[in-house]
Amino acid sequence: MKPFTTLTAVAAPLPMANVDTDKIIPARFLKTIERSGLGVHLFDTLRYDADGKERPGFVLNQEPYRHAQILIAHENFGCGSSREHAPWALLDFGIRCVIAPDFADIFHNNCFKNGILPVRLPRAVIDQLMEDAKLGANSRITIDLAAQEVVRPNGERIHFDIDPFRKKLLLEGLDDIGQTMEHAASIDAYEAKVRRERSFIPGIEVRA
Amino acid sequence: MAKTLFDKVWDAHVVERLQDGTCVLYIDRHLVHEVTSPQAFEGLRMAGRRVRRPDATIAVVDHNVPTTDRKSGIKEADSRLQVETLERNVAAFGVPYIPLLDERQGIVHIIGPELGASLPGMTIVCGDSHTSTHGALGSLAFGIGTSEVEHVLATQTLLQKPAKNMKVAVEGTLPFGVTAKDIVLAIIGRIGTAGGTGHVIEYTGSAIRALDMAGRMTVCNMSIEGGARAGMIAPDETTFEYVRGRPMAPRGEALERAIAWWKTLPSDPGAHYDKVVEIDAATIAPMVTWGTSPEAVAPITGVVPDPSEIADEAKRAQVERMLEYMALRPGQKLAEVPVDMVFIGSCTNGRIEDMRAAAEVARGRRVAPGVRALVVPGSGIVKRQAEEEGLDRVLTEAGFEWREPGCSMCLGMNPDKLTPGQRCASTSNRNFEGRQGPGGRTHLLSPAMAAAAAVMGRLADVRELAR
Ligand code: SF4
Repeated sequence: MKPFTTLTAVAAPLPMANVDTDKIIPARFLKTIERSGLGVHLFDTLRYDADGKERPGFVLNQEPYRHAQILIAHENFGCGSSREHAPWALLDFGIRCVIAPDFADIFHNNCFKNGILPVRLPRAVIDQLMEDAKLGANSRITIDLAAQEVVRPNGERIHFDIDPFRKKLLLEGLDDIGQTMEHAASIDAYEAKVRRERSFIPGIEVRA
Repeated sequence: MAKTLFDKVWDAHVVERLQDGTCVLYIDRHLVHEVTSPQAFEGLRMAGRRVRRPDATIAVVDHNVPTTDRKSGIKEADSRLQVETLERNVAAFGVPYIPLLDERQGIVHIIGPELGASLPGMTIVCGDSHTSTHGALGSLAFGIGTSEVEHVLATQTLLQKPAKNMKVAVEGTLPFGVTAKDIVLAIIGRIGTAGGTGHVIEYTGSAIRALDMAGRMTVCNMSIEGGARAGMIAPDETTFEYVRGRPMAPRGEALERAIAWWKTLPSDPGAHYDKVVEIDAATIAPMVTWGTSPEAVAPITGVVPDPSEIADEAKRAQVERMLEYMALRPGQKLAEVPVDMVFIGSCTNGRIEDMRAAAEVARGRRVAPGVRALVVPGSGIVKRQAEEEGLDRVLTEAGFEWREPGCSMCLGMNPDKLTPGQRCASTSNRNFEGRQGPGGRTHLLSPAMAAAAAVMGRLADVRELAR
């Protein structure tokens, strides 16, 4: 996973609430067996018309937002399905950070696993950042993960909260599985204990 | 300290608590399907890792599979590739697998409980948000992303922080014609799609206790639509009766020891909940959604809301957009909205009880002219049982199509999908734009209400058809 330290980039304003995972990446694009290549279908129905032509009104079809690495949105971003294709599509497009008042739980979790930083900020702050983002190319926003700050184009620094464990993994680009494997002895011990105490649970077997 | 059901199941699965409250949480059951697993197995392969506990894992194909004429294989190349990839992966990693042509095949959330693979007191995960269904047994069951699927395959654990506790108490007796689906739609209408964010919901109260397991699963299934990570219902005699005799469940003396443990799981008196919502069952009517979010729901006796009456600007814009997409007029009576399609099935309502409810309404009636109605049993076992009870004949004689099991038109990854502008009365769980096919319009409702819509050719109050 690519570490996330600081990022200074164009931010795309997407003033919508309840952006669900079917909007981020419709189900018909989930038939892939790979992680990459989903960026062209990010926000597919918002981005393209029925003939597959770009809708000029949609923010990611406009300059400079075609190159946005930050996305700013309203409440409950990422609600719906557990599909990790949603963060994969964002990442493949180039988005490394989503800023919103709040996120759906599974999506929030999935972002961290892919080196995308979800930042929660109060709606009033989001409204300011949304205005900043609308100013386009000369209005870059900076994210400083170590300092836990979003820096507005006017230099104002805004603090955000983040779980320290997730922050560490993101900063160092660490693989979760490797981290957990360090606790292998505890997992072995737990399994041994459960085999004794809850021996009534059979294992799964599928017989033809 | 008094603990909730969630606290107890959580505590029983903590392998290790790390400094900042993150826990290494042990996972008892991992259900795997073709859409969210290929990249996870690929990850294992690249890192040279194995599946730690194949005997705690079960794989099945459901999302992509055709619901007609299966023997000739899957025609769509990309769907076939996902199914074949899963077959290769389960063979390479030694994971128990239920093949497409096996009678036990079905939607992952139907077959877990049905086979007795999902049991009370367990931690259960799957790369699918509706894993919350299994919480009806009194387990902690939640959806995970593909990275976490890989994490569970490799370590049989997840790194998680405990959720907050939320109680939704539904007390009293349900009025005639009102079902579990109406309860959960009413709950979501009340709390909103983000109402449960960060929480695990425990459903309690006499109306929940009175539900059979199928109804409890319907309620827990849609917990995610209320934003909650999981939904749970305390195990009781109804639960134990359900588990008894299931092929993968414990038997005999082992079952008795299991039940003794399961009986210790219900929340202690005085346990703390961070959020409490109370609903009077007597006030719930048959519900139907009118918008493109499950919270956009109203009683069938109601009307489409008028955005001009909404003070909040953002909310108003959202409702306007929904009505435009759904092609509905403010003030329009819901019971006058015509439908083109009816879909009865999905992990929300694909169980035998749901088939019976639909057949009950369909018996001796005809699907209205111009309407197509699909009935898709949730599993091969549900299908066989329905056929043994003659429900398939009741339904087909009424003009419904009787299909092979799978997710089908719930999300339209297989050939069953809406065409742009088509309107569907659906027993599934999501009415997002394009969910059932690009441009499709979805109204969520109960199986009985869906069958009523099929025979009336419009959204209809099933109570009008009561005999
Ligand atoms: S039936 Fe629908 S909601 Fe349930 S698992 Fe299948 S696609 Fe998901």
